[in-house]
Amino acid sequence: MSTTETDSHETPPTSGEGTAPVLSARGVEVAFAAGFAPGGGRGTARAVDGVNLDIAAGEIVALVGESGCGKTTLARALLGLEPTTGGDVVFEGVPLRYGSRDMRRYRRRVQLVQQDPTGSLNPRRTVYESVAEGLRIHEGTTADESDRVGAALAKAGLRPPERFFPRYPHELSGGQRQRVVIAGALVLDPEVLVADEPVASLDASVRGEILRLLLDLRADLGLSALVATHDLGLAWNIADRVAVMYLGRVVELGTVEEVLAAPAHPYTRALLSVLPDAEGEPVVLSGEPPDPKRVPRGCRFHPRCPVLASGEAERAGVADRCRTVDPAILEGGAERRVACHWSASDTAGRVRGREPGTG
Amino acid sequence: MSAPAGTPGTPQTSGTDRTGGAGGAAPPTPRALARRRRREALRRFAREYARNRAGLIGLAALLAIGALALTAPLFVDQAELTITGAPGAAYQPPSAEYPLGTDNFGRSILDLVVWGSRVSLTVGFLATAVSVVLGTLVGMTAGHFGASGGTAGRIVSSVLMRVTDWFLVLPTLVLAVALAAVLPRGTGTIIIAIGLTVWPATARLVRAQTLAVEARPYVERARALGGGHAHVMAWHVLPNVMPVVLAQTTLLVATSIIAESTLAFLGVGDPTTVSWGGVLEAARNAGAISSGIWWYMVPPGLAIALVALSFTLCGRALESVINPRLREQR
Repeated sequence: MSTTETDSHETPPTSGEGTAPVLSARGVEVAFAAGFAPGGGRGTARAVDGVNLDIAAGEIVALVGESGCGKTTLARALLGLEPTTGGDVVFEGVPLRYGSRDMRRYRRRVQLVQQDPTGSLNPRRTVYESVAEGLRIHEGTTADESDRVGAALAKAGLRPPERFFPRYPHELSGGQRQRVVIAGALVLDPEVLVADEPVASLDASVRGEILRLLLDLRADLGLSALVATHDLGLAWNIADRVAVMYLGRVVELGTVEEVLAAPAHPYTRALLSVLPDAEGEPVVLSGEPPDPKRVPRGCRFHPRCPVLASGEAERAGVADRCRTVDPAILEGGAERRVACHWSASDTAGRVRGREPGTG
Repeated sequence: MSAPAGTPGTPQTSGTDRTGGAGGAAPPTPRALARRRRREALRRFAREYARNRAGLIGLAALLAIGALALTAPLFVDQAELTITGAPGAAYQPPSAEYPLGTDNFGRSILDLVVWGSRVSLTVGFLATAVSVVLGTLVGMTAGHFGASGGTAGRIVSSVLMRVTDWFLVLPTLVLAVALAAVLPRGTGTIIIAIGLTVWPATARLVRAQTLAVEARPYVERARALGGGHAHVMAWHVLPNVMPVVLAQTTLLVATSIIAESTLAFLGVGDPTTVSWGGVLEAARNAGAISSGIWWYMVPPGLAIALVALSFTLCGRALESVINPRLREQR
């Protein structure tokens, strides 16, 4: 491992609990001006609409939610690849600056692993070149380049690394390509890994390997990670904490056990109820799929909310608030929170005692 | 750095070479390492190219034609190329003395074609170089900054493309004639006139390809790794744009040679020089087609075709070296 950068800041503690977050989003908003299209579709798409999220050192946070809820946009915004229209990305307590030099320094320490390993490798570059790319960007050609590339490939589970040096991406399997991408991120010894659907395009056997790899890296290198995924099983297996996203906002936040074993938000419950091995009736969400250009008034989930539709919210006396009052944006800390009038006990989104209002 | 695929032994040895060098008495400087890397890449490139037979033939033909053009003064008497110094009678068919016959003034067609290659190749190469370099530069800049340069980048990109469009809608020939008329007469003027008129198509092509490449995830990965504009353009965009540029280059050489002949025909060329286009036009003027004097028409035409073909062969070989997928299929 290189020590060129590590002495400029203090080494992050390996346990994630109770420490200052390494990387956090503070009310991050990303809006896209949707152009002029026939048949409507004008307006601003609020892909990420105020998100607070903390990632502590050595912690793996899963960001779950259905397609189009803003996971990828948030991941990109955290890396500064997408300019935020509001809020701050805070790294080690300092808001991110977007000047090219600051960005370069930042991107040396926070790395991205993309969804599609086939597309994220240049087909004209060998494995060696793809992995060495980050090194060459930051340090030029160094004497120990091949050693470091080999070490990164070995860390990512491609052994012996020399055998992979001259290969081209199209000669590798999907899992190997993803490992090359991960090696390319590891070669710079980053502190945070932002992985956007790291295993979505891989088959089940390879998926397990990559997840194991991520856990091993966390254990060995103290790596923090944000893993965006639509796969709740993946979140369960890998993450310490889960943030559930709906229509550009985090609607439920807590440890994996809290959120996935005792979901508080109706949306999380619906997501979990349709898993094949879930107990009870599956809750199929009705209503139109969310459109980030037209975020509903009140709670953004209320048009599709099964609790509201069944009259449960009426009985609890919150139905009006569901339709008119937008639940507050959740704090991003380690505490358990939910953005729901029906299941939260206060406006900060703390969860009521046990089993909120199932009666 | 990599050795070519299919020789699994090489990378290991080169790997130990490198570490051996680094662990030696004086570790090589980064600059020396970069230079060595470049040298190795070049050697690998040459080796890959040599495996392509068609490419070698094309290269050999080009080198032969180039050598012929350079050494022409050794075996062509310039005095015999003037109308007054013509050695033979008019319209002599091919014979032992004049292997390709003579023209309407009695000059040897073979000598004219050999001598004409000098101007034609110069104009073809240099005009192509001017237009390809200009087109690639403008196209890549516009494409790259339009895709990822923010608002300022989009403005720069728009301005560049509007200038390109302006050149594109101007009739090429009229512009070339105007330029050739305004600038001082000479081969340099012809080169600039042709180069400045044919670049917009290259710029458009390169920009389109740049935009396609910029949308790929690996460009985003490069940016996430901290790579700046220069890195993305040199490391990702340029190699992926090269096939288009090479294809365009092979086409443009032929276009430029023909454009030169057109300008010569219109009288804005340099009348004191002999070129393939000039011979072709002279043959047309002399009525060579209708009177069946094929030896006047065919040789310069064939010469143009031969150069264009050689260029196409080289271009395809280069492309197959640059594109690892093609390399494997061969």
